[in-house]
Amino acid sequence: MANSPATPGLAAGRLAPQAYQDNFTDLHPPLNDHEALVAADRCYFCHDAPCMDACPTTIDIPLFIRQIATGTPEAAATTILTQNILGGMCARVCPTETLCEEVCVREVAEGKPVTIGQLQRFATDKVMESHPFTRATPTGKTVAVVGAGPAGLSAAHRLAMHGHDVVLYDARAKAGGLNEFGIASYKSVDGFAAREVDWLLSIGGIEVKLGQALGNGLQLDELAKRYDAVFLGIGLTGVNALGCDGEDKDGVLDAVDFISDLRQADTLSTLPVGRRVVVIGGGMTAVDAAVQAKLLGAEDVALVYRRGRDRMNASRFEQDLAASKGVRIITHASPKAIHGNGAVVEIEFAYTQDGPGGLAETGETFRLKADQVMKAIGQTLGDANGLKLEGRKIAVNDTGRTSHTGIWAGGDCASGGDDLTVTAVAEGRDAAEDIHATLMGG
Amino acid sequence: MADLHSKFLGIESPNPFWLASAPPTDKEYNVRRAFEAGWGGVVWKTLGEAGPPIVNVSGPRYGAIFGADRRLLGLNNIELITDRPLEVNLEEITRVKRDYPDRAVIVSLMVPCEEEPWKKILREVELTGADGVELNFGCPHGMAERGMGSAVGQVPEYIEMVTGWVKKHSHLPCIVKLTPNISDIRLPAQAAKRGGADAVSLINTITSITSVNLDAMAPEPMIDGMGTHGGYCGPAVKPIALNMVSKIATDPETQGLPISGIGGVTTWRDAAEFMALGAGNVQVCTAAMTFGFKVVQEMISGLSQWMDEKGYTSTADFVGAAAPKATEWQHLNLDFVTKAVINQDDCIKCGRCYAACEDTSHQAIEMSDDRVFSVKDDECVACNLCVNVCPVEGCITMRTLDPGEVDERTGMVIPDDKRSWLEHPNNPSADPNMCITRGQ
Ligand SMILES: Cc1cc2nc3c(=O)[nH]c(=O)nc-3n(C[C@H](O)[C@H](O)[C@H](O)COP(=O)(O)OP(=O)(O)OC[C@H]3O[C@@H](n4cnc5c(N)ncnc54)[C@H](O)[C@@H]3O)c2cc1C
Ligand SMILES: Cc1cc2nc3c(=O)[nH]c(=O)nc-3n(C[C@H](O)[C@H](O)[C@H](O)COP(=O)(O)O)c2cc1C
Ligand code: SF4
Ligand code: SF4
Ligand code: SF4
Repeated sequence: MANSPATPGLAAGRLAPQAYQDNFTDLHPPLNDHEALVAADRCYFCHDAPCMDACPTTIDIPLFIRQIATGTPEAAATTILTQNILGGMCARVCPTETLCEEVCVREVAEGKPVTIGQLQRFATDKVMESHPFTRATPTGKTVAVVGAGPAGLSAAHRLAMHGHDVVLYDARAKAGGLNEFGIASYKSVDGFAAREVDWLLSIGGIEVKLGQALGNGLQLDELAKRYDAVFLGIGLTGVNALGCDGEDKDGVLDAVDFISDLRQADTLSTLPVGRRVVVIGGGMTAVDAAVQAKLLGAEDVALVYRRGRDRMNASRFEQDLAASKGVRIITHASPKAIHGNGAVVEIEFAYTQDGPGGLAETGETFRLKADQVMKAIGQTLGDANGLKLEGRKIAVNDTGRTSHTGIWAGGDCASGGDDLTVTAVAEGRDAAEDIHATLMGG
Repeated sequence: MADLHSKFLGIESPNPFWLASAPPTDKEYNVRRAFEAGWGGVVWKTLGEAGPPIVNVSGPRYGAIFGADRRLLGLNNIELITDRPLEVNLEEITRVKRDYPDRAVIVSLMVPCEEEPWKKILREVELTGADGVELNFGCPHGMAERGMGSAVGQVPEYIEMVTGWVKKHSHLPCIVKLTPNISDIRLPAQAAKRGGADAVSLINTITSITSVNLDAMAPEPMIDGMGTHGGYCGPAVKPIALNMVSKIATDPETQGLPISGIGGVTTWRDAAEFMALGAGNVQVCTAAMTFGFKVVQEMISGLSQWMDEKGYTSTADFVGAAAPKATEWQHLNLDFVTKAVINQDDCIKCGRCYAACEDTSHQAIEMSDDRVFSVKDDECVACNLCVNVCPVEGCITMRTLDPGEVDERTGMVIPDDKRSWLEHPNNPSADPNMCITRGQ
């Protein structure tokens, strides 16, 4: 008898083969030419457009949309990619509802924004077969970029474009960072992350060295000596612990690991998932893990967050997406203990409330049955490699300079900005510009 | 990237996009920002004689026609020429040209129809360092009542006379701006050429009333309960302007006379179309007034992408390329047959093509009980109406029948050769020896 959503414990193949395909297709299917023209026509070409300010990479949105409207999506792509070389991925993963589209004048006026993200995808998809940029004459300078996630890729591309020779290191066996290992499958289908990396690297001048980890064979001070400059985009590799009893039981795992396994799985039907899954956290990672667990065929998925919905890092759109997929969102509950004999069976929560002294337990508790518990309560910096910290991240100024001369950092590992793909791209780009100015200035 | 560099009458500009003489070019503050935004040149807002400045209305001077989603399609204005003192404009022109030597700065002029005022103002314009002059024989409202603007442009003899004075008293390249408010645009163009004009520019605005206020019972825009006709421009006038450009480009008398194309240029494509019909460059007013100066960036990127795709390396490669194909009806091939084809995957089943064809055309579209719309080849006359009313771009296309195929409507076998009205047996004045029958 084949497995079903109701099969107890962890099990693979809970769904019919076709269901996997249906569940993990594009969240927003690409626009066809007609849809793109209709969507583009709604843009007012605003003066000093608010959408542009809300984009962390400051893409000239009115211009690129007008270029689509006038039949030159390739020119639109160049407008986008000039500011944001990962404009293709950002078009798929940006929480536009809290960025550009939130402030679009048509969202404010009518509650219906111009669909900037989808138009951005429409344009960038048109140029994935060719690379629109070329390298400047070689400068003879070399730069080490550590971390091939959005921040590192963006920095490497900009540096290569300015004519520097870049060596791009990453600890993993594949480049892309969380684009490859973290982003929800239905946001980046058909191996887009890997295709985009190949496309980005086709500018030339970037040597990729995979399986090379800083702190494990590579030393930062050596890199700093060997290269004219170093950029760190190493993301967040640590995970926060729940700090409650029973965290070590079988079936308790980090949501990022679950997602990474899912992203790398060749056949989703071989991936085990619990019948009853509890995800703890309130951010994008929590939503992605919960939704994907549900799509893999879990019968019952609960996302439990310790504060109210308004405090969740996941946007309203993402919360609604989770709810629409059948994820139950429980708020104001904090984990007390994970029960079970070897493997998790149940998880106990305390109800919480916001009080004058912050969040407090009400004294009341409840239990949820669970055979899989996913922790999604935030990632932390792995190793600062001796650089000065600000909070729990590498301290940088607004062009990415760290406390060490000649070393820049950006993306999730660096202070400032939201932990978003698009922010990482902006920080990588800006650091690269500063590195370029520094190397060429003298 | 294709080189958009443009040379019009020897006047250089980094691209062929000039701002037309109008409010966008009425002062130094605007023109500087226009150049910063990327415009290749400007035709300064029309200057008049020294003396008491022009007085404009202080109520609404614009009216408009809108498309869906309040897209501005046509703009109507009752503004006069510049209302700022001549000396101020001349000083500003001098400063701007000095600071932007690589951009084209043309000065538009309109003074009374006498030699002396023209001679006087030309001397002053020459001192500014401007690249040329444009004679405004076009504005159809206000100034025309005082014997200037289109009042001159509608009388070819006046055009020739004034142009002659301008060429006599100035070495500057002279562009004559034509009014479309005339029945045959070739006549003023010919007159300009006879007068020695180096180029013509067209069109100026078209006489119009955009709307009537049904409460006040007066035309709009309304000034204290009264209205007057204005000049119409914007996307709506482009077809009229394109036709006039093509007429001048193909008229044996004016062929080769440089043309600056104006009228509804809103995107790179509009510009390419004007230029393909023979305009050496284009001038823009309404698009800038609707979207701001930045709109030129799309024109620049779009034109250069298109030129790259087509393999054109300079604008001269395609200027006039479509002009020879603008011909008279009698030369069209009457044996050329197409049929409408509906792409069922794209069709959203609205039925507009059916209504249009059934009620107002040739009953050539069939509608099934489950709303599948298909073309009856034996009825379709290929009028293209369905293509134009279909809300989905590219959903209905026209398929050209190949030689040897049968036109199911007429039974004619498509021939290898052509037959125009001049060779058609139904043409009573055709030469019988030339007539070609197809036997159907
Ligand atoms: C599950 C999940 C879902 C997300 N969904 C979204 C979303 O939908 N939209 C959005 O905008 N953002 C999303 N984010 C956030 C986004 O992915 C990150 O903000 C972004 O990837 C940060 O880019 P980065 O380059 O700084 O770091 P990363 O993408 O983390 O890349 C860091 C790279 O450095 C490498 N590395 C780490 N340590 C070392 C070392 N010591 N030596 C060598 N290499 C090292 C890693 O292998 C990795 O390749 C999500 C994050 C997660 C975890
Ligand atoms: C408000 C307004 C004022 C204009 N003033 C002048 C003028 O002073 N001199 C002139 O030659 N044309 C004038 N024009 C006409 C424009 O230069 C141009 O020929 C016309 O608007 C068509 O171009 P468009 O469709 O791009 O607007 C004016 C147009 C407008 C809208
Ligand atoms: S705010 Fe909206 S309408 Fe305005 S330019 Fe941006 S996308 Fe277009
Ligand atoms: S556009 Fe400017 S000058 Fe004209 S009515 Fe509006 S505010 Fe007044
Ligand atoms: S007008 Fe176009 S979309 Fe509508 S029924 Fe006809 S073919 Fe289909």
